[in-house]
Amino acid sequence: MKQFLVFIKKEFYHVFRDRKTLLMLFGLPIAQIVLFGFALTNEIKNNRIVIVDYAKDLASQQIINKIEASKYFDIDKSLMSHNEIEAAFKEGKIKMAVVFPAGFNNELLHLNKSQIQLIVDASDPNTGTTLTTYISSIVMTYQTELMKNNSIPYRIVPELRMLYNPELKGAPNFVPGVMALVMMLICVMMTSVSIVKEKEKGTMEVLLVSPFRPILVIISKAVPYLLISLVNVSIILLLSVYLLDLPINGSVLLLFAESTLLIITALSLGLLISTATESQQAAMLLSMMGMMLPTVFFSGFMFPIENMPFPLQMISNLVPAKWYYIIVKSIMIKGLGFSAIWKETLILVGMTVFLLTISFRKFKIRLA
Amino acid sequence: MKESVIKTEKLTKRFGDFVAVNEISFEVFKGEVFGFLGANGAGKTTAMRMLCGLSVPSSGIATVAGFDVFKQTENIKRNIGYMSQKFSLYEDLTVLENIRFFGGIYGLSDKQLKEKSSELVLTLGLQNETKKLVGALPLGWKQKLAFSVAIIHQPKIVFLDEPTGGVDPVTRRQFWDLIYEAANSGITIFVTTHYMDEAEYCNRVSMMVDGSIKALDSPSNLKKQFSATSMDEVFFELARGAKRGE
Repeated sequence: MKQFLVFIKKEFYHVFRDRKTLLMLFGLPIAQIVLFGFALTNEIKNNRIVIVDYAKDLASQQIINKIEASKYFDIDKSLMSHNEIEAAFKEGKIKMAVVFPAGFNNELLHLNKSQIQLIVDASDPNTGTTLTTYISSIVMTYQTELMKNNSIPYRIVPELRMLYNPELKGAPNFVPGVMALVMMLICVMMTSVSIVKEKEKGTMEVLLVSPFRPILVIISKAVPYLLISLVNVSIILLLSVYLLDLPINGSVLLLFAESTLLIITALSLGLLISTATESQQAAMLLSMMGMMLPTVFFSGFMFPIENMPFPLQMISNLVPAKWYYIIVKSIMIKGLGFSAIWKETLILVGMTVFLLTISFRKFKIRLA
Repeated sequence: MKESVIKTEKLTKRFGDFVAVNEISFEVFKGEVFGFLGANGAGKTTAMRMLCGLSVPSSGIATVAGFDVFKQTENIKRNIGYMSQKFSLYEDLTVLENIRFFGGIYGLSDKQLKEKSSELVLTLGLQNETKKLVGALPLGWKQKLAFSVAIIHQPKIVFLDEPTGGVDPVTRRQFWDLIYEAANSGITIFVTTHYMDEAEYCNRVSMMVDGSIKALDSPSNLKKQFSATSMDEVFFELARGAKRGE
């Protein structure tokens, strides 16, 4: 145990003596939080929505036909109660609900004015706004068609309800993304580089000849980066709460537990990379290519995964950050508990176990 | 009766079809300075790695400090020191931090560490440099420090893999003084080297060519045997027949 502590102390010396590393470790999350404030908007296709038609009359049917004809929506036509809609949102089954009130056509014809309710999952604000724009324009088209044959100015007013993120702030969207990105970057790159550095400098051999067990070498290399990453998570969360006014709706403890899980996933990836490379540059390149790009592209925070071709959607399932992103959004923004995210958690645990198994096996082979 | 600390019999390491070390048998005695010589690629490093417990032999028998290299590598590791070809201290740690780290992972107590490090600093004359980063020291001092750190836990045997590469002759001489001092205190020295003048400093040397030991004796006996005037000539005589190149 004492040997273990001596080793960890040494690792911290390495980290704190290297200004560049230090700047990267703590400057990166802050810079990213600021930079990603400018999130991107994109077209979104095939969104699952539910249409609740209490009216079941001519006008509602005509509008539904138009929505069905659009390529943007996958429609689930069932009469749900408001509670069921709420539940479907929480499970992430649907992105939007369109509700036609009873007597929709009647009101339209007699009062010249009627309402549709649009309930939108706005935890991803880009998707949310885009979806309402689509529906509104469909309704508008229907309105103009009505007016063509008639001199009476019929008006349909879409009534909008944004769930989870009523102000459509971008922050809820990119904060979890930045958390995922920073952790993947720091953990994967730093562990792989620090292990490969020992190989490159020849100190690894000395360590392996010592009675200090190889597996402990690996663990003590990982521990400092685990701690540093947790500090980073705290910094990001503090920034998002106090600078971006983004509250944490769910359990902070759960958030940290899930973050620790992702960090361990990332550390095991870093370990795997370190067993496969011989130089620091190679390790760094591989971490960048292997981690940075997939995390940016496939975690869903920059580009909506729903919009990707099917093969790319499959690939995105292999990216740990994607699952973490879903988890963090559910906890931070929707305020959900563990029961809502156990599946994603299980996937991450599975990935970690898999990565650890092959990297330990490879590490042992190298010793023989 | 001399006490043997390393003993091998037909020790062999194969990588696929390639036989890196071919049935080497030899004995090293306590307190001896044993030179392990050979051209590049002769199999020295592989043999040494097997003895240190870093690599599992393909066949043969070997014991180091009385422990079996197949089954008791953990015990071996506790009883040996090792200094690699590459400079093996941390350059971004200070002299004192390096001593404490390596002493620490060998399980020295705080009290032992304190005594050892002040003793070590005194013998090396590094009193004023303890808080300096090792990277800032001249190469000669780094090598001497690395050696002292390698024997900080008083091992039975210390393995030195080309320890004096790139060091000037004066520092090399000083380095060998340290080696003799360690040998006198009962530590067995197992050293590989390229420098034939260093081979003369050893009590006994073995010459490895293409994975096998072609000669093993004291430098003076070897010179007699090959009717050579220097170890250089002995080496050329033996290495001339080598098939493996660089």
